Amino acid sequence: MFGYYLELALRSLRRSPGLTALMVLAIGFGVASSMTTWSVFRAVSGDPIPWKSSKLFVPQIDMWGPSARGSDGEPPDALDFADAMALMKAHRASRQSAIYAVSPSVVPAATGAFPLNVSGYGVYNEFFPMLDVPFLYGSGWSAADDASRAAVAVISHTLSQQAFGDGNSVGKTIDIEGRDYRVVGVLADWNPQPIFFDVRDTGGFSGDGPDVFLPFDRAIAVGMPNDGSTNCSVMPAAEGFVGLQQSSCIWIALMVELDDAAAVTGYRQFLDGYAAEQQHAGRFAWTPNNRLRDLPAFLTFEHVVPRDTKVSLLVALGLLIVCLINTVGLLLAKFLRRSGEIGVRRALGAPRAAIYQQFLCEAGVVGAAGGVLGLLLTGVGVAGVGLVLPKRIADLAHIDLSLLALTMLVAILATLLAGLYPTFRASRVQPAWQLKSN
Amino acid sequence: MHPIISALKHHKTVVILVVLEIALTCAIVSNGIFIIGNHLATMRMQTGVADNELVWAESSGIGDASTSASQASRAAADLAALRGMPGVKSAVITNSLPLSSTGSWGTCIARKAGGADAESVCTVVIYAGTAGVVNTLGIRLSQGRDFLPQEYQDYDPFQGERAPPPSVIITRSLAQKMWPGEDPLGKPIFLGDKNSGVTHVVGVTDHLLNPSINKQSGADLNMLLPVTLATGNMYVLRTQPGVRDATLRNLPKVLDGVDEQRIITENHSYSDTVSDYFHDDRALIWLLLVVIGSLLALTALGVIGLSSFWVQQRTHQIGIRRAIGATRGDILRYFQTENFLIVSAGIVLGLGLAVVLNLLLMKQYELPRLPLTYLPIAAIVLWLLGQLAVLGPALRAAAVPPVVATRSV
Repeated sequence: MFGYYLELALRSLRRSPGLTALMVLAIGFGVASSMTTWSVFRAVSGDPIPWKSSKLFVPQIDMWGPSARGSDGEPPDALDFADAMALMKAHRASRQSAIYAVSPSVVPAATGAFPLNVSGYGVYNEFFPMLDVPFLYGSGWSAADDASRAAVAVISHTLSQQAFGDGNSVGKTIDIEGRDYRVVGVLADWNPQPIFFDVRDTGGFSGDGPDVFLPFDRAIAVGMPNDGSTNCSVMPAAEGFVGLQQSSCIWIALMVELDDAAAVTGYRQFLDGYAAEQQHAGRFAWTPNNRLRDLPAFLTFEHVVPRDTKVSLLVALGLLIVCLINTVGLLLAKFLRRSGEIGVRRALGAPRAAIYQQFLCEAGVVGAAGGVLGLLLTGVGVAGVGLVLPKRIADLAHIDLSLLALTMLVAILATLLAGLYPTFRASRVQPAWQLKSN
Repeated sequence: MHPIISALKHHKTVVILVVLEIALTCAIVSNGIFIIGNHLATMRMQTGVADNELVWAESSGIGDASTSASQASRAAADLAALRGMPGVKSAVITNSLPLSSTGSWGTCIARKAGGADAESVCTVVIYAGTAGVVNTLGIRLSQGRDFLPQEYQDYDPFQGERAPPPSVIITRSLAQKMWPGEDPLGKPIFLGDKNSGVTHVVGVTDHLLNPSINKQSGADLNMLLPVTLATGNMYVLRTQPGVRDATLRNLPKVLDGVDEQRIITENHSYSDTVSDYFHDDRALIWLLLVVIGSLLALTALGVIGLSSFWVQQRTHQIGIRRAIGATRGDILRYFQTENFLIVSAGIVLGLGLAVVLNLLLMKQYELPRLPLTYLPIAAIVLWLLGQLAVLGPALRAAAVPPVVATRSV
């Protein structure tokens, strides 16, 4: 019977090509626009480290006090040097690392090579296991290296190739800011989007991944200046990078790993205890105002998904709804036009269920056709999204099997949904009236 | 009017659908136009500098001179080389440029020394530039004077203990915020550690945008300090018209000629920088235009489809009306009035929806309130669209001959 209904549907659709084309266009367009924006939204709102994000936390401490707080009462979203070092020394989480952005110059080994300007971070040894950073060769450095401020570095595969050519460069020496560092690890391709450990400086998204990681204390000791953003509530009293370290300016990100709810509670108490201690010592003249957000909550707090992307998604959904309403109206017109045919079928003994099957079949065919058109348009849309959205974000959007399947599914389901009411009306057609009027 | 309304009662569902469609379109279109208007207004803001004549570059190098004396001699050498380029009117070093999104310093400044919080204005952006900065950038002063040669001093806001330069140029917005309704010229501004440093306002400019426009600092809350050396090290060149692009190409070579160990990290014409800054705004405007266009097209097509259906359904009745004396004009006007009524209902509902949608956007995405003037625009657009869409089917209805009344089907 299904095959027969399909044939009927095709026949009926062919009979009024204008109306059919209109419905297919409406559905194809609506689905394509919402799927295109969805592909972008999916790309930017994705969890960069899904297997672990619920165990990663970002502590925030209010070192500026009520006068610098916004209307939302939130403490600053990064740490000053003193507090970051205090939290690192306390070592209350299973793993933790302070992080700050550096931009040193690197001189490749080949003679006569020009220096490269690279981006990177000063971090602690636990950074690598905490974020499951993948290594191609070697590994991160040890706690002892951190303590001794050893001249060691982890570099990206790209930088390794630029500086040493192909092959394993672990153990070789690299010139960073005029000093020699021993390469202990080479990263496999690693460029998480959003760059969740440095949201403040990058806004969450940037093109190339970091090229170099150095021990935090080493980078501080050699005076490698902060390349990330610095925010101050009061000007530093002393000069330069040392002055920045003595100030309450915020420029350091801190991430900790807490394995269970008890550890989270424990860390919260520790933070409040620390702030209370500072208050007692006279450094803070206010009651503790700390936050401990897990990574997904922190990314939301930092508005990592751009506002425009959300507005676009909302607008595209609105377009889809209008398309559906349009389709309901057109299907209604199409089905009721065939009241006579329905009357004859009913009079010959077809139950209402049969009418339902026939017309939902027809709606499904329209949906499938709209879906196919939607697939094409989504392809065009994702390819052209760079014209419309910021490039760094548009680059993340891509077509995959799940997007294609979802496009088809949304098109057919939406059309079936739109077809429900018209089909209901069709099944209520009174056979007697139709037969009489003809 | 009455017969039209009672006829509509027989097509409740279809009427409700069209009304809903128009309402949604109305809500989305009015908010869309509003968002477009907002972004256009931002994009039309004057930067306050000579957009089309500026070229800028940044460099970083190995073994940066660490003492301020050696930095100063380097900067002097660089500037001399840059000023020697053909067609370059002047060159300075600044920490940042309007809309460049880099090197911005935000700080609190106060009306009184050691002032309490109430006496200070925060998130004020500090620009700093070397000798000739006002003329090179093309900043127009609406009040007061340019810096005097002796006022350029060795100062860095992040090296707190040194006293700030004696004079400062501020924007009109900052003046209004610091001293509402008063003449800002000659007024003191306190800054630095515990607001211990003091400088005095010598000039006011009406336009000078911040390095980036955001909620905290607004669009143009900033001040310009005269310095001998600006951290951030942004070389800004003002060129003769016509040689800008050549200057841009040659700039890296000239800087490398002074010191080949350096790396040129940025090198742009300023108009490209401004255009880059608004890339996202332009993108959103295009997106919204496409969506609004397709929405209107879809709605029009929907109206055409349903009106055609109605005309077809009522062919017999139209024939009867014509047979008992209705003119073609009557039939035409019937369908036009019907469409007007339905679209009006949709607009009334849509205006409500538009306000609700705007409230949602305001809450979720920090958009400003929709001014009521945008609502009539959307309403007029939809009325016109509805009339246009119904014209074809209505003309076909008007063409139905009276003789149809005598036929049975």
